[in-house]
Amino acid sequence: MLTECKLRYISVVFLYLLIYLAPYAHATILPEDRADLMYHSFNGGGVTISGPSLLVRKKATKNLSVAAKYYVDKVSSASVDVIARASKYTEERKEKMLGIDYLNEKSILSMSYTQSDENDFHAKTVNVGITQDFFGDMTTLSMSYAYGWDDFGMLDSEEKFDAKRQHYRLGVSQILSKNLLAQANIEIITDEGDLNNPYRKVRYIDPFADCECGYSYEDEIYPRTRTSRAYAISAKYFLPYNASISEYYRYFNDTWGIESHTLDISYAHAFKENWIFDIRLRYYTQNKADFYRDIFNHAGEFDIRARDKELSTFQDKTIGIGVNYTIPVSKVSWLDKGGINLYLDHIKFEYDDFRNVNTINSVAGAEPLYSFSANVIRFFVTIWY
Amino acid sequence: MKAKQTKHLIFIGLIGYCFILAGCGIKPWVRPYDRLNLAEPVMLVDRHPVSTSYEHHVYQAREGSRGAEGGSGGGCGCN
Repeated sequence: MLTECKLRYISVVFLYLLIYLAPYAHATILPEDRADLMYHSFNGGGVTISGPSLLVRKKATKNLSVAAKYYVDKVSSASVDVIARASKYTEERKEKMLGIDYLNEKSILSMSYTQSDENDFHAKTVNVGITQDFFGDMTTLSMSYAYGWDDFGMLDSEEKFDAKRQHYRLGVSQILSKNLLAQANIEIITDEGDLNNPYRKVRYIDPFADCECGYSYEDEIYPRTRTSRAYAISAKYFLPYNASISEYYRYFNDTWGIESHTLDISYAHAFKENWIFDIRLRYYTQNKADFYRDIFNHAGEFDIRARDKELSTFQDKTIGIGVNYTIPVSKVSWLDKGGINLYLDHIKFEYDDFRNVNTINSVAGAEPLYSFSANVIRFFVTIWY
Repeated sequence: MKAKQTKHLIFIGLIGYCFILAGCGIKPWVRPYDRLNLAEPVMLVDRHPVSTSYEHHVYQAREGSRGAEGGSGGGCGCN
């Protein structure tokens, strides 16, 4: 866990770096004015999540860009966890974001506020950051800090829970040649409070269980703190026939004992004036948290315990394709261009120590390992103005 | 202990890299007029922010890992 002293040290380094680098910075530019209206859908493992998302960005003055986002998740869940202990449910999550980017000669200062609301969960996040181009605009340095707090409960209980999160991000983007861009990113996240989902349970072997399954359930108990570190490097290379190939690798670990590797390779190909086609492969692998078990030997075996499949040992693989069509607009004076975009991803999750308890006639702890596939759709229309 | 030292080295190395570029008189070796390829849409780091943000959300909800997804900044003066 990062101590208070270490976090203060990181903050001081951030500040010092900014002061030192400022004289070397060159003019940079604000993000472009655009609006995106998207329909998104996730379908897999008995869960369907879909809804609209709208992101609008506009320069209010020559130095100030304002962004607003509205996002909806309509959830219908009959996942393996839900089916084991309850019946299918539906709910809705709404997320709103308001952000500004302020250009001050040599740097862009960014601030945003995000609020997410469900019937039993409310999350708020404030983010501040700075981005600077320097060294002849060949290098971009970005730093940001985010503070978030969650208030949540259970629909059938008066009990209340809360958690706080802090994110520290540092990133460098570097032009290495006229065809090659590279990036390095570090993110440290600290959490404190009630970090587990109050609806989730662990199972333990129980010869006197109410069912013939041979096990019963008790509450999950997570540690009250978590610190995670993620280190990523990526590169993007321009190919001579107006295409690019990108690679991304991330190493992650945390104080719960989770360690993971992510590898993502993608290829983008421009075709004629208006088309871009994308293809992408992603591989992810992680080992389990120290306190994760699929089944415990008896009730109260450990003070800290979890059976979330997100904390188990597993791999997932993604294959994705995308197509983008840009429409030139000349008849509407305030409109520069439009675009229609479609992305389809297929993801396969395979768990090494999370078992499917919904199988019939299985011995407790010897059920088949769980796996599922999901399809993800993003369809959106963009206008630039 | 070794892992801890490695983490510190990576962190210090990243910051040191910026200091070296900024302070040691190394001149930019890719001139603005040589960056046409980097300004092509296929080379944008985050071509569609609304889509990228959703993609991160999909994985964050289902994996134990989080953070350093990247995506901000361009580096070619065209972000």
